[in-house]
Amino acid sequence: MTTSSTTTPTMTRADLAVIGAGPAGLAAALTAADRGVRVVLLDAGAQAGGQFYRQPAAGLGARRPQALHHAWGTWEALRDRVATHVAAGRITHLADRHVWFVEPEFGEFRFGVHALLGPDQQASETVTADGVLLATGGYEKVLPFPGWTLPGVVAAGGAQAMLKGGLVLPGRTVVVAGTGPLLMPVAAGLAAAGAEVVAYVESVRPAGFVRHAATLAAHPGKVVEAAGYAAQLLRHKVPVLVRHAVVAAHGTDRVEAVTVAALDTAGRVRPGTERRIACDTLAVGHGMLAHTDLAESLGCTIDDTGDPFVVTDAEQRTDVDGVWAAGEATGIGGAVLALAEGEIAGYSIAARLKGVHLQGVEARPADWAAAARTRSRLRHFSAALATAYAPPAHWAEQVTDDTVVCRCEEVPAGAIRTATAELGATDLRTVKLLTRAGMGWCQGRICAPGVSGVAGCPPGPAKRPFARPVPLEVLAREPEGP
Amino acid sequence: MRSRGVGGGPGGATPQELARAHPEPAFTVTVDGREIDALPGQTVAAVLWTAGITSWRGTRGSGAPRGVFCGIGVCFDCLITVNDRPNQRACLVPAHPGDTIRAQEGTGHDDLVHDDADHD
Repeated sequence: MTTSSTTTPTMTRADLAVIGAGPAGLAAALTAADRGVRVVLLDAGAQAGGQFYRQPAAGLGARRPQALHHAWGTWEALRDRVATHVAAGRITHLADRHVWFVEPEFGEFRFGVHALLGPDQQASETVTADGVLLATGGYEKVLPFPGWTLPGVVAAGGAQAMLKGGLVLPGRTVVVAGTGPLLMPVAAGLAAAGAEVVAYVESVRPAGFVRHAATLAAHPGKVVEAAGYAAQLLRHKVPVLVRHAVVAAHGTDRVEAVTVAALDTAGRVRPGTERRIACDTLAVGHGMLAHTDLAESLGCTIDDTGDPFVVTDAEQRTDVDGVWAAGEATGIGGAVLALAEGEIAGYSIAARLKGVHLQGVEARPADWAAAARTRSRLRHFSAALATAYAPPAHWAEQVTDDTVVCRCEEVPAGAIRTATAELGATDLRTVKLLTRAGMGWCQGRICAPGVSGVAGCPPGPAKRPFARPVPLEVLAREPEGP
Repeated sequence: MRSRGVGGGPGGATPQELARAHPEPAFTVTVDGREIDALPGQTVAAVLWTAGITSWRGTRGSGAPRGVFCGIGVCFDCLITVNDRPNQRACLVPAHPGDTIRAQEGTGHDDLVHDDADHD
C-alpha cells in the first residue's frame, strides 16, 4: 500500500530561501546567516558558484581551476565561509534544484519555493520560507543572423561555461564575435585552453569608449582587468577587428566559415567590405539578459523600458513584501556588483524578516555603507558599458527573410515581417499568436530580442507562469500548503 | 551524428592541461551504437564535444541539425535521448557509465519503439 509520504514532495523549512548560488546569492546567504537567519540556498548547479564561478566537475580533478577564472581569491573566501555555515547548520545548500515557482501564502507559510530535482526533473520539492531572495542571475543575449542556428555557433558565455565546467572546447578554430565586455575574457580563455582564435570581432567603435573615458578612469581595476585580457589576446596573436560584425555563418552540418564586414558610423554594413573567415566554431554574444521569471510571477515590478530587470529599492527589496532581489536579476552589472547587492540584501533581510527564529536585528544602513558605495559606483559604470556596447543600430537589416529567428519553433524572419507589415501586429504577443515565435521550449528567452528587433516592436513583459517546463505529473502531485 | 576531431590546440595546451586536471578513471557510454569515453562529472554535451560531435538533434520542422547553443540550460537546443528518455538537455545532464545516448529527431518520441508504456 502506498502511503502519502511516498507521493507528497519533501518539504524543508527556512527563514530565508535564496534562489541562486552565484555571487549575489552567496553574499546574501552569508550576510544573513552571519546574523542568525536560517538560510536554504537553492541552486540549479551541481556546485555553488553560479555562471561566473562555475567549477569544473569534481570528477575531473582540476588542481588549477583558477587558470579558467578571474578573481579566484574572492571565490575561495566565499566558498570557505559557506562551508563553515553549512557545517554549523545555518545554511542548507540544495544543489541541482531548478526552481519553477515561488508561491505566496503557501498554507501557514509566507512562501513555498517549488523546485524540480535535477538532472531528471521528474520530481519536485518545496522549501517553505518567511522571505525570499531572488538571485537568479542572467543569460546571454544573442541576436539572429543568417546561419546562427548551425551547430558550432554557440553563445560566447556557453562556450565559456562548457570550458569551465567540463574542460572542453567546441572546436579548434574559433571566431569570437558580437559586442560586450564578456567577449574578451571568452576569447582569452578559449585561446589559453588551446583553441586557435582566428578573429575577435567587436562591433563597437573605439570612439565609443573615448566618450566614457572619465567613467573608465574612475574604475582603474576594470581597466587593468581589460588590459590583462587584451595582453592575453596579443600573446596568442588573436587578430582583433573593431567596428566589424559577423553578418553570416556558413555550412551545412556545422559552421565552416563566417562572413565579417566593416560597419559605418551609423552601424550599417559598409558594402564591399565583406570577407570570409574559415572556422569550425563561432562564439557569439550581444550582452546579457536578466532572469526575471520568478519575480514576474510573484508580481514584482519589472522595468521593461529596455532589457527587463527587477526593480529594487536601496535595501534590494522588491515591491512585494518579503521578496528581495540582487545581482544580474536587478540589472546586468557583473560579479562585483552582484556581491555588493547580495551583501546589502543580507543585512536588510536580517533586520526586516519576521520569523519565529529571528531576534529582530536593527536595520543600520551604516553596516552596508561600503557595499552601497560599491553598488553606486558599479551601476554607473555598467550603465556606461551598456551604452558603449550597444549592438549595431541596424543589425536587423542583415537578417534575411529565410533566417530562423525563433530557434525552437523555427519561425523565419519573413513570417515575423508579414505579421507586422501585412497582418497588423504591433506587439510581440500578437506576433507570437500569428507566427508561434516565442512559443517553444525556451518560451522566448532566446528569441525575444531578435523577434523584437525584426518586428520593430518593444519586447514588453514576458508573462511566463512557471520559470521552467514542469512535467504534468509534478503539477498533479503538488500539495496545498500545510 | 557527425563527427570531427577536436584535440589539443595549436599551442599544444588543452583545457585539461590548463586546469591541471587529473580525472578519475574514464568510463564508456554508447552514442548511437558507438562506444566513446567519458570522464566522471562531465555532462553529456561535454562528452560529445570531446568526441568531436557537435550536432545531435534534428528539429521538428525542417530536421535541421542542432547541438549546444546557450550551454547553460536556457535554450533547449541541445535536447537528446538518454537511456530512452527523450528531450534531455545535454548541457545539464551528467553522463553515467553505460548510458545509451541517441541523437534525437523531431519530438524525440517517434523513434522510441521499444516500449510504448514508457513514454513520458
